[in-house]
Amino acid sequence: MPTRILIPSGVLGLGFDARALAKGVRNRPDAICIDGGSTDSGPYYLGTGTSKYSELATRAQWRDLMLARAELGVPLVIGSCGTCGADDAVDWMFALTQQLAEELGQSVKVARLYSSQSSQTLTQSYAQGDITALSPEIPLDETVINSCANVVALAGVEQINAALASGADIVLAGRTTDTAVIAAIPIARGDHKGAAWHGAKIGECGALCSTNPVSGVIEILFDQDGFTVNPLAESATCTPYSVSAHMLYENADPIRLVEPGGMLDVSRAVYEAINEKSVRVTGSQWHDSERYTVKLEGAKLVGFQTSALVLLRQPGYVAKARQWTDQLHAFLLQTIEQQMQLSQHEYDIEFRLIGVDATLGALEQLSSQPAEVGVLMLVTATTQDIANDIARLCNPYLLHYPLTSDEELPTFAFPYSPAESVRGPLYEFALNHVMQLQNPMDAFRLDVVELDYD
Amino acid sequence: MTDIGQLARSVRSKNAGPFWVTVDVFFADQQSYMDVAAALDTPAVASVLKVDVADLKRFDLDDIHVIKFSFPRSVVQGSRFDRDMHGAQYANLVAAMNIQMA
Repeated sequence: MPTRILIPSGVLGLGFDARALAKGVRNRPDAICIDGGSTDSGPYYLGTGTSKYSELATRAQWRDLMLARAELGVPLVIGSCGTCGADDAVDWMFALTQQLAEELGQSVKVARLYSSQSSQTLTQSYAQGDITALSPEIPLDETVINSCANVVALAGVEQINAALASGADIVLAGRTTDTAVIAAIPIARGDHKGAAWHGAKIGECGALCSTNPVSGVIEILFDQDGFTVNPLAESATCTPYSVSAHMLYENADPIRLVEPGGMLDVSRAVYEAINEKSVRVTGSQWHDSERYTVKLEGAKLVGFQTSALVLLRQPGYVAKARQWTDQLHAFLLQTIEQQMQLSQHEYDIEFRLIGVDATLGALEQLSSQPAEVGVLMLVTATTQDIANDIARLCNPYLLHYPLTSDEELPTFAFPYSPAESVRGPLYEFALNHVMQLQNPMDAFRLDVVELDYD
Repeated sequence: MTDIGQLARSVRSKNAGPFWVTVDVFFADQQSYMDVAAALDTPAVASVLKVDVADLKRFDLDDIHVIKFSFPRSVVQGSRFDRDMHGAQYANLVAAMNIQMA
């Protein structure tokens, strides 16, 4: 019997086609598996341990999945809870699960798999030489480890299967590789390992591997030789092209994918259309690694930001926007030093010219005069109060600073009041490393509870 | 001279984790793929992206008519000086490259 995994969407929070989900449920899958996170939205979420998605949308979609699970009596697994997969995000997802179990009158066994790493454990692993840099190498020492607000290790199939082995109906996993959530059950059931990891990579973004990416829902059937991808929305079709091309997506290497415990190699994979909607894949290979390593992700606080936006529309200023911000910048540094007694290592002011090169910076090759230029000012300082106060000091100059001393005082356009926006803490990714483990569960913790609202 | 954006079916870029960006150039057919793959100079791509050519990985994928480039981000995703959180705008630089067809 193949292992049938229902994948409702590329990520919880993004939504799915309700009819396609119902169809997936009618096909009696062996599990419902969904990803809950990614680093793709930046370091803020890991830094703060929060989700990028709307709580109400997440709750509504999780409610649908908890209902589907109850109807089927099969496991519901989510990896990388709350975008970042930090412990706080797992607990946030647990609170939603608890509320919904009560609301729906469900009795469920819930396993929480925690992925956060303490600085003590990391420091010890680092000292023992168990932490290795990936390319590009980011400098690492104890100071960097201690400066991280949150560090997570990415779980693989072993940890997800340990959570499932508790008999859990619902697994809420912290940071997990996107693929492991889907590959775990097929591997536990003895399906082909290469096919399990490859199918999981194809399915990790839901219907993105089909011709209708926004429909969300797909199912993958895993067996001893390969896997079959079925998109479930009426309008979606998978073709050998749409499926094989998904190996390109967000992968630096489209042939080899390193995962905890080994590497997937798809160089010999064969993709065949088995009907007008489904694709069969065979020939995927898995190579066990000598060492068992898990990837680490860390976010450190680097400051606090306040931004302001001012619009230049007067053609003379539009033409000289860069000269204007350069002069203004020099003037502001001097004024801040005089009036706030702040030295330049306590803060930073950056101007980005929207309409000129705000997106690509030094890489921009096009130049022509736009109708207007948006000047985005980013103030970064050691505290939020300083960043806010610097932005307030800058405000009148952003509005009125003249290019020459002999002209009538110009006034530019602020699009709203107050012109300053508090951006809050600024985090940066600080780790690009793997950590070696003797036992896959060494860096992870499991907490299993029964919720009884029957 | 024609630019890659006109010869390709689509050109996209995206983060591949916080430290890498990957650019995928898709062609509609074998001929246009072969023509561009032969004419496209890897050091020229490195120069447009301002990356060291030794760091620029290139994959010519014959089966799906795709040329793929991956490179380490000079500015880590989401760090203070990053301008494009998802790395999706690098594609424009490759699409705008003019190449001399044989």
